[in-house]
Amino acid sequence: MDAAAEGGTLGNGRARTLEPEMRTRMDRLTPPQAAEPGSTGPELAALDAPTAAAVVELVGVTKGFGAVQALRGVDLALYPGEVHALVGENGAGKSTLVKMLAGVHRPDSGILRVGGVETVFHGPLDARNQGVAVIHQHPTLFPDLDVAENVFMGRQPRDRTGRVDWRTMYREVERLLGTLGVRIGVRTPVKALSVADQQLVEIAKALSLNARVLVMDEPTASLSAREVDRLFAIVRQLRAQGVAILFVSHRLEEIFALSDRITVFRDGAHVITAPAAELTTEATIRHIVGRKLEALFPKEHAEIGQVVLEVRGLTRTGVFRDVGFRLRRGEILGFFGLVGAGRTEVARVLFGADRADRGEIRLDGHPVVIDSPLMALRHGIGYVPEDRHGQGLVLDFPISANVTLPILARVSRLGLLDRRREREIAADFVKRLQVKAAGLDAPATSLSGGNQQKVVLAKWLATDPKVLILDEPTRGIDIGTKAEVHRIVSHLATQGMAIILISSELPEVLAMADRVVVMHEGRVTGEFGRAEANQENVMFAATGQTAAPVGSGVGGNGLA
Amino acid sequence: MNARTRLASLARWETLLVLLLIGTLIWGTARSPYFWQGSNFSVATSTFMERAIMALPMTLVIISGEIDLSVASILGLSSAILGVSWEAGFPLWFCIVLALLTGAAAGLVNGLLVTKVGLPSLVVTLGTLALYRGLAYVVLNQQAISDYPPAFTRFGYGNVNGTQIPWSMLLFLALLAVFAVILHRSWVGRQIYAAGLNQEAARFAAVQVARIKIWLYVASGTMAAVAGIVFTARISSSRADNAVGFELDVIAAVLLGGVSIFGGRGTLLGVLLSLAVVATLRNALAITNVGPEIQGIAVGGLLILSVLGPNIARSLSRGRSRPIAGTRGLRPEPEPGR
Repeated sequence: MDAAAEGGTLGNGRARTLEPEMRTRMDRLTPPQAAEPGSTGPELAALDAPTAAAVVELVGVTKGFGAVQALRGVDLALYPGEVHALVGENGAGKSTLVKMLAGVHRPDSGILRVGGVETVFHGPLDARNQGVAVIHQHPTLFPDLDVAENVFMGRQPRDRTGRVDWRTMYREVERLLGTLGVRIGVRTPVKALSVADQQLVEIAKALSLNARVLVMDEPTASLSAREVDRLFAIVRQLRAQGVAILFVSHRLEEIFALSDRITVFRDGAHVITAPAAELTTEATIRHIVGRKLEALFPKEHAEIGQVVLEVRGLTRTGVFRDVGFRLRRGEILGFFGLVGAGRTEVARVLFGADRADRGEIRLDGHPVVIDSPLMALRHGIGYVPEDRHGQGLVLDFPISANVTLPILARVSRLGLLDRRREREIAADFVKRLQVKAAGLDAPATSLSGGNQQKVVLAKWLATDPKVLILDEPTRGIDIGTKAEVHRIVSHLATQGMAIILISSELPEVLAMADRVVVMHEGRVTGEFGRAEANQENVMFAATGQTAAPVGSGVGGNGLA
Repeated sequence: MNARTRLASLARWETLLVLLLIGTLIWGTARSPYFWQGSNFSVATSTFMERAIMALPMTLVIISGEIDLSVASILGLSSAILGVSWEAGFPLWFCIVLALLTGAAAGLVNGLLVTKVGLPSLVVTLGTLALYRGLAYVVLNQQAISDYPPAFTRFGYGNVNGTQIPWSMLLFLALLAVFAVILHRSWVGRQIYAAGLNQEAARFAAVQVARIKIWLYVASGTMAAVAGIVFTARISSSRADNAVGFELDVIAAVLLGGVSIFGGRGTLLGVLLSLAVVATLRNALAITNVGPEIQGIAVGGLLILSVLGPNIARSLSRGRSRPIAGTRGLRPEPEPGR
């Protein structure tokens, strides 16, 4: 603990003292692609005046929302032909910065320069017209319109009579997608596309607008490993064409695989900007959290007991088939697979949100029928869903009401709510899980993603479950809280809880799970004990044993 | 919007209603010497009690994220059943039970169509609005039944002995207490709010959303039948066109009371105040010889202001507008999280 604190101060201090020096050095170093032929040559001549070369530059930008200071005088410069990663915990100010570049927020103070000229974005359209395109985590397209219509939304090519020139439009979009090397039908309605393909449509749209800056906000959050590889290939291609890319992500492996420079924000302030080659994962995490993390995935030893849950031949037609596994007391059973493998769908059936067509579920040896979440609750099964906002929380409810929602009957007397008891229960879990909030009456909307996740966890822990299903419990939450969630989960197992951990993050599964069940396209394709599970065999099973060994995108790098 | 500002804005809304009520009272007093009299109070309240009774379950239905347009038709149908069974010679208590069961059954049909079949409540109850009224015409076959015993009709228009308080108002206050406890004190009430704010999250928290909604529709139908009995007693007559169009007044009063048409927000206190405002306004206009047409315009104007007011305030504060109505159960697209 002492060592950690010391390391933290050291890290901080070094970052601050090094910063000016580092920046001058970087000015000479960047943009990293400078030497490559075919990149934007002329601007690079002015090596001593880097501001002239930056496509977009923020200097001393601040932004506050009420009492909260989201950005405290941050600097950021994006150069043509670089992939610039922006990392930081939730609440570090990344989203605010992205929204500023998108023209949604205007800085309270500070300067925004585009192409060296000071400017103000009066709105999203303004940002777009000045060459800044933002790809959001969830694509913002018109689901019922086709790909080409989305790309040219609001500026369709016209023929002489003023009608939409469909042929030109489709030809142009086909050409655009061709340059990206992707095969998507231009007449396909967008709702029929995967999230990954929708992102590519957004990118095509940005390119058709001649975007010089592409801001990507957590683009890989819902992509499979293969889709991530494809996206990265396209990003690299755009980089070679001289586009400046700001890549916002929580996934350090991806950041190191892709980016040239890394900027870390903490609590709305700029901590460091450095070439990726000069940073290690360890050092980056230290900058992000401001302290040294002993271990990112603490796993306590838990006594593994009797079988609690047994699933045999579980089938939901068209979704998954013949799924079977056993879960024991004190065990963490990892569920790994690519997006769409059917893990969440299995969990939904176990929780009674969907019905199985065939198969058997046994709890403590007895066959059970789970036809509703209420039935699951009565059988002692809890489910922390993947979609926190849609399924996990009633965002407008205060923390206390969210925690007690599944156990209202228990905090009531003669049908009437006992508010004191309710607050006691909520306060107990808020304290145990260290939820950071203004108070029990604070609405869930006011919390950061990590703390919202803790509230969802608290809600299900309050039901005192025998089996707890966690669906991507750490997706989109910051590294510090992530470690806390891991500690909590690990601790629950030591108390005899049986846990199913669904995760798309392989290092997390490998570090946390006692056993790993791997799914691919609705079937279980592998089951590994803790000792035998490793990157290669798990990934091999997850890709259905047909694909080549895993690409660079998800390689390990000492996180575990 | 955090809890405190929401509470503040709610408090402001209810304050506004109180001010509106006081204003109407002053205006009415100034315009007519008969306004501020006990007998007028009795008239004003008794003619409004059917609508007030139906507004109670309507508040819960709208907070749960649904709507019930068929209440006035259920009122008409149960009034018709009451009349036909009375004329057939059954004892009055039996006729009343039959009318209540009719209302409950009509509500159950609504509830099943909305939850089990999954149709939008706006469409379902628009359909049953026509259907139940049509059944009332079939049952009564153009006749009016009006030979009710005096004890029954006195309950409709009479006052509690020695006071100017109508019997129907006592009934309303008792029902108000029941609904207020359910909505604001019981755990079912909490689940109703949860269902209205985020149906999916409520379902994933083991709330039996469908069952709650079915019961709310049954309550709505039953209260419509209660209102039907009161109405029949007050005008001493069962006619197929009893209380046509009352659903609009009921929904208007609920929305004016600060209940969000999108579900999840609102209180019975607000609805009570808005009922008082609408009743007083209509009475003040009537007593100064303003016709029902103008009364309708005034109430309609108030309603639009009440729905527009918060929306305008919100869009001004956010710098963008939001859809007035979505598709399913009249709810907007979920807002993306922070």
